[in-house]
Amino acid sequence: MNIQKIKEDFPILKRKIHGKRLVYLDNAATSQRPRQVLEAIREFQEKHMANVHRGLHTLSEEASEIYEEARETVAKFVGAGAEEMIFVRNATEGINLVAFAWGMKNLKKGEEILTTIMEHHSNLIPWQMVCRAVGAKLQVVEVTNEGVLDLKDFERKLSKRTRLVAVGHMSNATGTIHPVERIVRMARKVGARVLIDGAQGVQHVGIDVKRIDSDFLAFSGHKMLGPMGIGGVYIKKARQREMGPFLTGGGMIKEVSEQRSKWADGVEKFEAGTPNVSGAIGLAEAVKYHERLGMEKIREHEKGLTKYSLEELVKIKGLRLIGPRDAEIRGGVVSFVIKGIHAHDVAQILDSEGVAVRSGHHCTMPLHRRLGLVSSTRASFYIYNTKEDVDRLVEGLRKVKRVFK
Amino acid sequence: MDLYREEILDHFKNPRNFGVVKKTKLRAKETNASCGDVMEMSLRIKKGKVEEIRFQAEGCAISIAAGSMLTEMVKGEKVAEVKGLGEEEMMKRLGIKVSSGRRKCATLGLVVCQKAIRKVRK
Repeated sequence: MNIQKIKEDFPILKRKIHGKRLVYLDNAATSQRPRQVLEAIREFQEKHMANVHRGLHTLSEEASEIYEEARETVAKFVGAGAEEMIFVRNATEGINLVAFAWGMKNLKKGEEILTTIMEHHSNLIPWQMVCRAVGAKLQVVEVTNEGVLDLKDFERKLSKRTRLVAVGHMSNATGTIHPVERIVRMARKVGARVLIDGAQGVQHVGIDVKRIDSDFLAFSGHKMLGPMGIGGVYIKKARQREMGPFLTGGGMIKEVSEQRSKWADGVEKFEAGTPNVSGAIGLAEAVKYHERLGMEKIREHEKGLTKYSLEELVKIKGLRLIGPRDAEIRGGVVSFVIKGIHAHDVAQILDSEGVAVRSGHHCTMPLHRRLGLVSSTRASFYIYNTKEDVDRLVEGLRKVKRVFK
Repeated sequence: MDLYREEILDHFKNPRNFGVVKKTKLRAKETNASCGDVMEMSLRIKKGKVEEIRFQAEGCAISIAAGSMLTEMVKGEKVAEVKGLGEEEMMKRLGIKVSSGRRKCATLGLVVCQKAIRKVRK
């Protein structure tokens, strides 16, 4: 992968922050967009703008065609068929869609949902809502001291009562890559369905929902070089048949009378209202960007950066790394705390050096609490990051130490 | 660097009036959910003035330094004046340009202090 060439595709990386070259290491929060994505959106807006599936005029037909092409591209990227890919705002909305339209309808008292303490709040709270509404029980799998999912605890808590296993592909806080294939196999043995929160996994690890046989997969476009406000949720055909609609209104109906309505077949049932067409087009273009580079090469590149950053960060005295030390089971996310210095102060001083990182609990409060932390600092990588960026991070951290010495 | 000027770091490393005022009902606690900062203030009033004020906190340098400075600001002041203290006065005392994202850190002490002092019986 030619990183210099990749960098040229991202106009924002030319920005200077406080007079220094921007080093963007907050990719787990949101990624940057390449000009190909920006251009695809612009092209649609300038040449084909119309509502989809409504009009018979040329523009509407073009827009509908482009929108459905985008669906096909995005679906194929995760191994799904177009008839199983629903466009949503983001992973959060995708998980909520499954929770409300499938969970509320298919779970009952005495049954259980199994999730993990490593989840982002968006893969925890919707299940709290379902459990509270239907009287089901939420089981939460533990994490080991190394920041790896405790599979023994998973086995203990998985039972005939488990109706759904909801697990992330890759932790946004520790970077831990969970063995989702094995988890699906284990869940199948007790007849449980599986939802994978792919917000970090789809673009950094890669996934094939058909190969691993997942029921649901949710992800966000903006974390994978696409626009904000668009994401996808894959729902297996058989599960779709067990579901009512999520939001209701225009576009999701077959027939409407005064008192009752019939839902549309297929994915339209779950896409009420005018969809984010330009967002979907941008997301499809972002998918193509990954495909051109190749998911394996992306993973290799990020693995290299993770390995290098772990090696460099341990050299800083007083720095405690969070999560596994093995880059084989860790995506491009490195989180840490520095003794006596709050994560916000670390992030602020890094910002003064042009290095953008995240500080706080990264929407994983239960995990932070379990690891004995209030907050942490997180650097997360993507295709446009280099070893030089890691060096700038380390230099910045040395400055943090100087300021607070 | 401006934000972490010497005085701020000094208050962070050696917070003034750190601890708890005993035998008082005038105490309050607040957290900044987004960063996990926790601050507790307790104070004693005598003849309408703040006789003693102490704070305890876990948090970033800005919130601790601001809390520490605030205790110095309000000690010996009239209750009414402390109640009327505004965010701007706090910012002025800090003497640094705080970004919008850190404003909550800088004003946490003020919020907790005023929450405690509102418990004074009229």
